Amino acid sequence: MRIVKLPKEKLFPFLKVITEKTDLWAPVKKYSDKHVFKEVKDFSQIDLDCTRTILPPKKILLPPSFNMFKASKNNYQEDFSHVSKKILFGVHACDIHGLLIMDRFYSYIYDDPYYSKARENTLILGHSCWPDENCLCKSTNTHIVEEGYDLFFTDLEDLYLVWIGSSRGDDLIRAKPELFDENITDKNIQSFIHWREERDKAFQIEIDFSAMPDLMELKYDDPLWEKLGDVCLACGSCTNVCPTCNCYNVQDRPALGEEFSEIVRCWDACTLENYSEVAGGENFREKRSDRLKLWYTHKLQAFISKYGKPACIGCGRCISTCPVDINVKTVANALDGEKVDSFWNRFHQEVRK
Amino acid sequence: MQRNELNPNNPFLPEPARIVRMYHLTQDVKFFQVRIADMEKALSFKYRPGQFAMVSVLSAGEAPFCISSTPSRPGLLEFCIRKVGTVTNTLFRLKENDIIGLRGPYGNGFPLEKMRDKDIIIVMGGLGVAPLRSVLLYCLDNRDQFRRVILLHGAKRPAEMIFREEFLALNQREDLECYLAVDADDTGKWTENIGVVTTLFPMIKDIDPKNTYSLVCGPPVMYKFVLKELVKLNMPKDQILMTLERRMKCGVGKCGHCAIDYIYTCLDGPVFTYWDVIHMRELI
Repeated sequence: MRIVKLPKEKLFPFLKVITEKTDLWAPVKKYSDKHVFKEVKDFSQIDLDCTRTILPPKKILLPPSFNMFKASKNNYQEDFSHVSKKILFGVHACDIHGLLIMDRFYSYIYDDPYYSKARENTLILGHSCWPDENCLCKSTNTHIVEEGYDLFFTDLEDLYLVWIGSSRGDDLIRAKPELFDENITDKNIQSFIHWREERDKAFQIEIDFSAMPDLMELKYDDPLWEKLGDVCLACGSCTNVCPTCNCYNVQDRPALGEEFSEIVRCWDACTLENYSEVAGGENFREKRSDRLKLWYTHKLQAFISKYGKPACIGCGRCISTCPVDINVKTVANALDGEKVDSFWNRFHQEVRK
Repeated sequence: MQRNELNPNNPFLPEPARIVRMYHLTQDVKFFQVRIADMEKALSFKYRPGQFAMVSVLSAGEAPFCISSTPSRPGLLEFCIRKVGTVTNTLFRLKENDIIGLRGPYGNGFPLEKMRDKDIIIVMGGLGVAPLRSVLLYCLDNRDQFRRVILLHGAKRPAEMIFREEFLALNQREDLECYLAVDADDTGKWTENIGVVTTLFPMIKDIDPKNTYSLVCGPPVMYKFVLKELVKLNMPKDQILMTLERRMKCGVGKCGHCAIDYIYTCLDGPVFTYWDVIHMRELI
């Protein structure tokens, strides 16, 4: 893979060139301590110190709600209006792994054109990051990324090392090649090695994910799940913020006084009560504990038999989002032997105060 | 896997289909015979017994229905549908020649290749008739490919027996061992067996379990007792097949609603073996 170097002061001139005809989306500060991916015109709004955005980049590819069809009696008109040319800048390694999982998922056996068209029209410009107390991508081995991006920027104080991951990424560089320097010095390499070592030392969470599939199986009937179910609010927040949660619902919304319907696809969550309810009222997962078990089967054990590996990419969003502290970290710890009462204890001591 | 090729560029795009015939099978179950409006697509639509289709009605939505007709009689697709929710309520109000949306076929269907030259026991109860009628008719249309074909059918009362006339007529065939039962006869005219479907099992003689495939579909309570009977007969667990129902919004493994553990009913099912059920735990 080709790697080039970009002095920091040349980042904005580069962004300016490549976004002349394409929208730029990047992390922007929201409230005092949160970030969101947002369309930006003014580059100074971009906050590259962002650890994680509230919602992962999936919201840009498949928005929380969009039209699939405009349907009249004899005709279903496809609607791809959610698709437009975009450049996504500042995507972290974990989120790129999330996109790679989504890529496989949405093309498995049947290609989902609503995803693949959006993905084809989106360029991914990754950016290095620094872990906080909720990051666990080193445990999930998603703190480094080798594919899935067009360019990847590693921040080395006064310059970026830029990995060129695709032919389209190379085209971006060639839009203004004079901004870049191909001559990577020993000093640059040394500072990259130093950055890697320091970054790897900064992780505060360590979980043995390789043990999780067996523990999920062994503890399938453990009272732990009932305890979790008692605490869980079934609010669906973990699902909304998870980069690898893909479930959706489809609604037929008839236009009042018109002869057509809009067929709308919107995010759904397996943690919500009516998720597995069929017509006639039978609900295959009435209990919150059963719904949590499904969620964690996909995150910790296996995500769709054909893909084998679990779908957690270690971004820590469930940790920073769940109001009652049910997340990949606490569930993994509970599976690994922490007392089942710890959820209630923590709830009383920390969450409630 | 047999993929839906009706609209290969967009698997979610429904294909217009015309209702050519519809009538009540019981008070709340209707028979729908539909034909894909595009003649070429209607004739090239290939499916296997046990597969399902997504049926959509404008302004009501879309839902999965198993196909009750057999691919050995191509051109028309048949469904038997119970009125239970928004989509089915709207379907019931439609008339002949109305247009519905259709896409599919989806799911794995029955493993016909493995079932060849084996004895086939089909156990159906209530609306479980819907998917099993397809495989039953398929076996009868290709009678030389199978050894014994045995049908056990249970309904609550004669009036609630779906395809009553059709099954009573099948009773006269010599190449089919047909046992029909109702839980209770409130007509006084029922000449077949009375009792739940499991009371029919003693009537099957000389079972060769290693060379038998059993196909089961019915209400949840039926599985428990029928599976017990089949295990008692020493039926291998991976030769007991059942077809299951789940909520679905896509049929193509994307919407997630039919997830069970880490499999999807729409891709890996809806036909599962008894071993799958034991192994997956959440199936029934």
